[in-house]
Amino acid sequence: MKKVVFGLAVLLAILHQDFWNWSNAGLVFGFIPTGLFYHACYSLAAAALWAFAIKFAWPSEIVAWAESEDEGGEK
Amino acid sequence: MIAVIAPGVSVLIVISCYLGLLLGLGLLSSRLSRGTSKDFFVASHSIGPFLLLMSVFGTTMTAFALVGSTGKAFERGIGTYGLMASSSGLIHAACFFLIGVKLWSLGKKHGFVTQIQFFRARFESDKLGYLLFPVLVALVIPYLLIGVIGAGKTIRPVTAGAFPELFKHANPLFDGGVPAWLSGLVICLVVLAYVFAGGSRGAAWANTFQTLVFMAMGVVAFAFIVGKLGGLDEAGKVVARVSDKGALVQEYGYDKGTSSVEKLAEPKVVGKLKHAEDVEAFAGKQPHLARDVVEIVHKKKTPDGKLVDAEREIGVPWVMFLSYMFIPLSVGMFPHLFQHWLTARSANTFKLTLIAHPICIMVVWVPCVLIGTWATGLLPAGLPPAAVLSNMLNILVDSPVLTGFLTAGILAAIMSSLDSQFLCVGTMFTNDIVLHGAERGKFDEKQIIWIARSFIIAIVVITYVLAQIFANKNVFDLAIWCFTGFSALTPLVLAALYWRRATAAGAFASIIAVIAVWFTFFAMSGFGEELTLFGVLPVVYCFMAGATAMVLVSLATRPPSDETIDKFFPKISN
Repeated sequence: MKKVVFGLAVLLAILHQDFWNWSNAGLVFGFIPTGLFYHACYSLAAAALWAFAIKFAWPSEIVAWAESEDEGGEK
Repeated sequence: MIAVIAPGVSVLIVISCYLGLLLGLGLLSSRLSRGTSKDFFVASHSIGPFLLLMSVFGTTMTAFALVGSTGKAFERGIGTYGLMASSSGLIHAACFFLIGVKLWSLGKKHGFVTQIQFFRARFESDKLGYLLFPVLVALVIPYLLIGVIGAGKTIRPVTAGAFPELFKHANPLFDGGVPAWLSGLVICLVVLAYVFAGGSRGAAWANTFQTLVFMAMGVVAFAFIVGKLGGLDEAGKVVARVSDKGALVQEYGYDKGTSSVEKLAEPKVVGKLKHAEDVEAFAGKQPHLARDVVEIVHKKKTPDGKLVDAEREIGVPWVMFLSYMFIPLSVGMFPHLFQHWLTARSANTFKLTLIAHPICIMVVWVPCVLIGTWATGLLPAGLPPAAVLSNMLNILVDSPVLTGFLTAGILAAIMSSLDSQFLCVGTMFTNDIVLHGAERGKFDEKQIIWIARSFIIAIVVITYVLAQIFANKNVFDLAIWCFTGFSALTPLVLAALYWRRATAAGAFASIIAVIAVWFTFFAMSGFGEELTLFGVLPVVYCFMAGATAMVLVSLATRPPSDETIDKFFPKISN
C-alpha cells in the first residue's frame, strides 16, 4: 500500500503542472479564476491523499519502537 | 469616544488592545510551566493534536502568507497560489509524514531536543554541529526579517494620519502613520515577553490563539472587501485590463462619496506592455487572471517621492513554476518546526496536522491571492507589494475599528512565526553550543533557561537592526531566499533518515556545497532580489549541489559504525 501512496503523490506532483490552464483567464462561479480554482481543488486532493496515507501507510512500527520503554534517552 | 478621534489612532488602540491580550495569554501560559528547561524547550512533549496543528500552521504561515502572497498576486497574478500554496499542501505534508514522524520517533527514543543533536549523533561528529549552527541561524534571520519588515509595512498605512506632526512622509498613503522602526520594536518586545514567560508552551498557546485570529480575520477582511467591490461577480471585473493599444488600464475606481467601487468614465492608464508584439495577444485580457507571461512598464515612486519608470512581469513562466516545487521542501529543515514536532505528545498527534494543513493553507491563501489580483484594478501599479493588503484594507474598509482588528490578524500571523523562530535559536545556542561543550551539571535549570533567553535577545537585536537596513526589500522574495537555503539542506536530513551509507564527510560536503552555491546566487541577485538562471530558480541548483555532494562524498568515505546504524535504523524500520 505504501507504493500506492507513493504513486498517488507522484501523480499529484505531475498534476500540479496544469499547463492546460495556463492561458485560461475564465472565471468559475463568476468570480474565481479557473487556474486558481483548479489549485484550490488540488489542495483538497492533497488533504485526501494524506488522509489515505495515514489510513494505509502509517509508520506504526517505528512509532511503537519509539514509544517502547526498553531504551533510555541520551539526555 | 472613538468617533471623535483620528481613524489612525482608533486603529492603533485596537492593535494595542490585541497586543495586551496576547501578553496576558503568554503570562497565563507561564503559570502552567513546570520550570524545567525541557518544558521551556519542548513543552515536556505534552502538546496535543489541535495545538500542534495550530502551532505548526501558524509557524509556517507568516507575513509571507498574508502580506507576501497578496503582494505577489498583485505583481504576477493568480499563479502565486500554485507557486507556493498548492505545492505546499502536497510537500509540507509529505515532509511532516516522511521526516517529521521519523524525527519525532528518534527524538523521543534518544532524547534529542534540537536538530543539531540529531545530526551530531547520526553522523558521529561534534564538529558538524559547529558548522551547522551558524548556517541554520543565518538562514533563520531572513525569516525573522520577513516578519519584522512585514509588520512595519502593514502598520504604517493603516495608522496614516494618526501623528501628522510626528511621523511625516512624502507619500500621503503613509503620512502620519507609525513608522516601521517603532512598530517593529514593539512587535519584537511583545513576542520576546511571552516567549520569555512561557517558552515553548507559551509559544504553542500564543500560536494557537493567533492562528485562529488571523484565519478568522482573513475571512472577515475578504467578506468586507468583496462587499465593497459590489459582490463576488463584480470583483472579478475590477482586475486591470490590457487596452487595444497595449496600455494596462484600470476601469474602476473607489468613490469616497458613495463608499463604493464605480466604473470610471475613462479608463485610467497605470502601465503599458513593454513589447509591441504582445499587444495583439493580450488586448482586452486581464493578464493577472491567467499565467501567460507578459512584461509591462509602469511608474514607480522612489522613497524620496520621485516617479521613475520600472519594469516587471505579469504571469509565471512555466520553468519557474516547476522549480518552485522545491521551495516547500524547506519545512523539512526548519529548526523551529523540528522543535514543534518534538513538543508532540505522541506520533498520532501528527495525523490532524497532516490532513488539515493543506486545507488551512487554502483557507488563508485563496482570499489573499484574490485580493491581490483585484487590487491591480484599484491601486497604483508601482505600489510596494508588501503594502498592497494594508492599502486595500485602508481604502475599502472604512471602519477604523474593523481595520484595527484586521491588522491585528495580520500581526497575529507574523508574530506566530517570530515566537517559534526566536525560541528555536535560543534552544539551539543553549543546547548545541553552551551545554554541548560544558560538563554535565555545570548549569542548573534556571541558568539554562536564562542562557537561552540571553541569546534570543541578541538575535532579536540583530534582526531589528537588519530590518531597518533592509526595510524596502520585497517580503516574498526575501522569504524565497530563506526557503531556498533550507530546501537545499533537505538532502542532508533525508540521507540521515533513510540512507544508511550517508557519512559525516558526506554531510560536511553537502552543507559546504549548499553554502557556496546559495551565497553565490544570493550575491548575484543583489542580496535578496528575485533571480532565475535559465528560467530556473536557484533552489534547484542549490538542492542538486547539496544532494550530489552528499552522495558522492558518502560513497567515497568509510560507512558509519554498526552501533550508529543500529541506533538510527532499528530492525523494525525500513
